[in-house]
Amino acid sequence: MTISKSPTAQPQATPRTPMLGWKRREQRVAWAFVAPALLLLSIFLIAPFGLAFYLSLTDQRLVPNLNLPTRFVGFKHYLAMWQDATFVRALLNNFLFVLIVVPVQTSFALFLAILVNQKIKAINFFRTIYFMPVVTMMAIVAVVWTFLYNPDQGIINSFIQTISFGQLGPYRWLEDPKLAFPAIMLMSIWQGVGFQMVIYLAGLQEIPGELYEAAQLDGANAWQQFRFVTLPQLRNTSIFVVISTTIMAFKLFDQVEIMTKGGPNDATVTAMLHIVNSGFRNQKVGYASALSVVFFVIVLLISFGQRIVTRSER
Amino acid sequence: MQRPAIEPTKRWQKSPRRFGSYLLMTIIALFSLFPIVFMLVTALKADEGQILREMSTFAAFLPTGELSLQNFRDVFERVPFAQYLINSGLIALTIVLFGLVVNSLIAYALARMQFRGQKLLLAIIVALIIIPFQAVAVPLLLIVNQLPWFDGRMTWLDSYHVQIIPFIADAFSIFLFYQFFLNIPKDIEEAALVDGASRFRMYAQIIVPLSRPVFATVAILQFLTHWGDFLWPLMVVRNPAVRPLTVGMQAFFGQMPRQWGDIMAFATMVTLPVLIIFLLFQKWFVQSVASSGVKG
Repeated sequence: MTISKSPTAQPQATPRTPMLGWKRREQRVAWAFVAPALLLLSIFLIAPFGLAFYLSLTDQRLVPNLNLPTRFVGFKHYLAMWQDATFVRALLNNFLFVLIVVPVQTSFALFLAILVNQKIKAINFFRTIYFMPVVTMMAIVAVVWTFLYNPDQGIINSFIQTISFGQLGPYRWLEDPKLAFPAIMLMSIWQGVGFQMVIYLAGLQEIPGELYEAAQLDGANAWQQFRFVTLPQLRNTSIFVVISTTIMAFKLFDQVEIMTKGGPNDATVTAMLHIVNSGFRNQKVGYASALSVVFFVIVLLISFGQRIVTRSER
Repeated sequence: MQRPAIEPTKRWQKSPRRFGSYLLMTIIALFSLFPIVFMLVTALKADEGQILREMSTFAAFLPTGELSLQNFRDVFERVPFAQYLINSGLIALTIVLFGLVVNSLIAYALARMQFRGQKLLLAIIVALIIIPFQAVAVPLLLIVNQLPWFDGRMTWLDSYHVQIIPFIADAFSIFLFYQFFLNIPKDIEEAALVDGASRFRMYAQIIVPLSRPVFATVAILQFLTHWGDFLWPLMVVRNPAVRPLTVGMQAFFGQMPRQWGDIMAFATMVTLPVLIIFLLFQKWFVQSVASSGVKG
């Protein structure tokens, strides 16, 4: 059916009857290719996403009670959530996590990437080791670190006591409202930094070597080369790393669920933990949906922020 | 001309700097490794009293005292560990396998075929990347709670499929495939088109073999994500028969009094297989992660 067609011609170039049949066939085949993924995305992503908005305006419960039909409550949840001390605390915690973990983890990842970008012996060995925590499940990491953070005899306490000659500690890491969240941050950095190191490493390797040669000819020292060649060249990589770490920080759940359940005194509660507690454990699906919508709007704003920053440069 | 002037000073500076690099890298490597070493070593110590005595000393990182596999045996006796392992593996691998087919097919149609609504569909897929699963988890729970299944049950809770089917289609995977397919030259397919090959044959015999790197990337990223899934199984699974390792670990961890030796043996058995797979296919892992970040 395509004998008359030249290899380079596009289907729409020759509008003849055999071509029309081909086009119709192409349409059908295309939709057959599209259908499975589209169907799955519709049921399991688009539908619940739309449902979240609808449910957030109702007092829907997880298990429907026949005596108490679901009612439409308008924007009640959206007003109530700001009186919910746990939710406010959760959002503050998420922002605090972003404020501390994003700069620390990003600069540490960049530092590691530069370190393992050297062409010296055994460098692959070190790259491998730095990446190992990434392939370790967060549920496992959280459990192991709980033991390391043991309030009395934990190895982290004894390490701090040793290097401070007994001046500092022992601390009750996960039981102290002031220390529990920083402890979780440190562990999260330990687990996540390798991932970003690899992304930075890929970015570093794309910088043309001539730029450094030119800088050296101009007499730039190592710091100046980093400041005026490496950093500007890594701009888009950095934006990506910062945004993805920020969004990851908002999804924070596994660690706090396993290590502290949000305690002590909501010191480590996060938005996601509160959503699960409200919607799943307390069965208030309507309220949890409203929280989810706010959660989504925050993630959306961050993503738009990324677009704006990336575009303004181009 | 300038080269000889620069080289001598560089060489002169090289060895102390290199020593500094190695020293620094070793210290950081110790930081990366210490929890993993601690886990492996503790798992081998059968005497719980010894573990507690040594936990604050350097001996916690050394295979001291009596070493045995008793803790591992305990884990198998106390919980259906093998079942959890099979569940996690089965769930993650099924998601990866079906995901590769479904997501690459739609990506092929988007990248190569012409059909009505193509541009709109592409825009929708890109927009969907932004929606985090966490934001739809609660309403999705409500949906799967009331979905029928072939065996006549009116809910999807407590099953394998509730942990698999929602994750097969993935907007980000589609996007990765789409970008890769766009960069494959069209000439080969056009030749095949002249030969009367069907679209499916072009996809299966031309595109798929040429796209191994992106298939590996998507497979690894999806596997790492879903192997560690915790939030969703926590909400939809009660029955230990379909419980994955993550939830199993949490339940085991919650049993008081805590037997740290057993817990570390559990953790070791979860970590080692993936660590070995990672060491074998390291290059692929690193490339996958790197390519997830190139297009911001």
